[in-house]
Amino acid sequence: MEILSLLGDGMLLALQPLNLMLIIVGVTIGLFIGAMPGLGSVNGVAILLPITFLVPPSGAIIFLAAIYYGAMYGGAISSITLGIPGASTAVATTFDGRPLARQGRASLALVTAAIASFIGGTVANVFFTAFAPLLASVALSFGPPEIFALMLLAFATFVGLGGDDIPKTIFSICFGLVLGAIGFDQISGAPRLVLFDINGFLQGIGFLVLAIGVYGIGEMLWTIEQSRGDVESTTPKMTMKGMAADTAESMRRGWKGTAIGSILGFFVGILPAAGATPASLMSYGVAKMVSRNPKDYGRGNPDGVAAPEAANNSASTGSMLPMLTLGIPGSPTTAILLGGMVIWGLVPGPMLFVNETEFVWGLIGSFYISNIAAVLINLAFIPVFIWMLRMPFTILAPMIFVLSIAGGFAATRDMFDIWLIVIFGLGAFVLRRFDYPLAPAVLAIVLGPIAEPTLRQSLLLSSGDPSIFFTRPVAGPITVVALILILLPLLKLLRRGKAAEGAGRPS
Amino acid sequence: MRKGEIVTAGVLALFSIYLMWKSTELPIGYVSGRGPGGGAWPFWLSAIMLACCGMIAWNWWRRTSPPSQSDEPFLDAYGWRMVIFVGGGVIVFVALIEVISMYGAIAVFLFYYLRFLGRHGWGLSLGLSLATPILFFFFFEGAMQITMPTGLSFTDPVFDILYEIIY
Repeated sequence: MEILSLLGDGMLLALQPLNLMLIIVGVTIGLFIGAMPGLGSVNGVAILLPITFLVPPSGAIIFLAAIYYGAMYGGAISSITLGIPGASTAVATTFDGRPLARQGRASLALVTAAIASFIGGTVANVFFTAFAPLLASVALSFGPPEIFALMLLAFATFVGLGGDDIPKTIFSICFGLVLGAIGFDQISGAPRLVLFDINGFLQGIGFLVLAIGVYGIGEMLWTIEQSRGDVESTTPKMTMKGMAADTAESMRRGWKGTAIGSILGFFVGILPAAGATPASLMSYGVAKMVSRNPKDYGRGNPDGVAAPEAANNSASTGSMLPMLTLGIPGSPTTAILLGGMVIWGLVPGPMLFVNETEFVWGLIGSFYISNIAAVLINLAFIPVFIWMLRMPFTILAPMIFVLSIAGGFAATRDMFDIWLIVIFGLGAFVLRRFDYPLAPAVLAIVLGPIAEPTLRQSLLLSSGDPSIFFTRPVAGPITVVALILILLPLLKLLRRGKAAEGAGRPS
Repeated sequence: MRKGEIVTAGVLALFSIYLMWKSTELPIGYVSGRGPGGGAWPFWLSAIMLACCGMIAWNWWRRTSPPSQSDEPFLDAYGWRMVIFVGGGVIVFVALIEVISMYGAIAVFLFYYLRFLGRHGWGLSLGLSLATPILFFFFFEGAMQITMPTGLSFTDPVFDILYEIIY
């Protein structure tokens, strides 16, 4: 009962006119920043951090959290309408969101994304409110072996996502991981894999560089080539009645993905250093795995949009938990929020809940209000996003190229990265022609910098003995499940190969 | 496509070997007291990439993958034209950024694409090619405070006026 009373006080604080205005403005800004390829919640929060010094700390964190919320909703928009994931958290949304848009069902995809995000956010808020201190201690018990086992599980789900050609999928995963290793060795600080001794590689290759290259340039070239220059521009209609029908359909066909994403997303989100990207990907993989029709995934299944969208919103709320209770940021955005809190004179950690009750519960209350504001504002703007799809393709295509290059520069501020975007785009076009799945590489480049140090720390702990991943109570089962997921398709492939050889052998 | 698949696998195998060799600049084994060396992670990943290329070649030889069964060319005449005109257009666009600024390059690329590849009218092509970079300027430089490349010094007078407006 005490929690409900504190939450009620927090909501009243969030509903004060100034805070409510900050929520509405923050969500709207976040929505548009998130929808822009190349810009994500981290850019919005970082750019607007100085503005927050004009308001009290509770209003400031509410404003930044609202931007974070809005950007999480917005990330799905460019994934669905343009086929370019604006942030790593929205990569999995392109798998089914883009095919739906191509079938003229963009409104269904956008409504599904909005509703799934809302439900994911709400479930995470309830978990957050009820179990904050308990979950913080569970998350803290995750050491390097457990986090590496979790990363292994995420890679295992890639193998399931990559289609039938397992060697090409594994190649893609390893390629993304190696690209993520370029720059400096995180532990010794020595330069590593400076390709062809070009100094530009010293700064490493960012996720956005690969993602924009693959999806912004490569995907567009592939679409133009495949369509022979005659892309049918989809003309989705947008009426109130149509939107109501889409809402009903998204609830009917997307509930399973929403449920999986909401729950799984939160628990992956609270783990330090995991965050919304593995959460969205794992939810997509699990939704596909438990589906009766897994072959529908990748062809425009609403569950395939709902699962990652519910998960990334749920995980973004979850990632606030270690930040507030332990002072450990779960994502780059929460790292900036943490920095902001320190500047405002607050000390994140267990004592925050005791010493700054009004601040903490005001923030938690604002999560609920921001979530409602975000879904309403998002639904209201869907006709604007749909309008973009009505543009003739010969206008949309150059606009996407321009957005990719300008957005890429805005994110990296380096011309070397822009050239890399072009090279990755042309390379992706060639590899796509030969059926290499590229999404696993894009996701692996994000998870590589988490996976490598945890693997090395684990092996250091065990003096090089890999059994550490099997003998610990939490890491063990996760590792075993991951290995089964990787080995099963490989065994199937070998068995199929033998069967094909047997059938082809002359009698 | 069949020939293309094995050539691609060969190029990727060579790249994997290069990455393995490059990884050995740092220790790739277990360093006592310090754990796996800095080169171990990329080295073994590149080794797996090389093994995958071997499996792709094996599948090609057995004709089990769709590209290995296809007699189509990698790109037909239309495909090559598209790569040259669209892909080449993007390369020229990026090359122009450091000469005539990001906004100038956007204007030139949009006009080229809309007028010559999209075959839109002069009015629409010119209107969009001029309006888009102006809108981008106020969004990036004004609202987001992100400075884009301004090109060589001959563009300075134009940017002086624009910066005067936003600051």
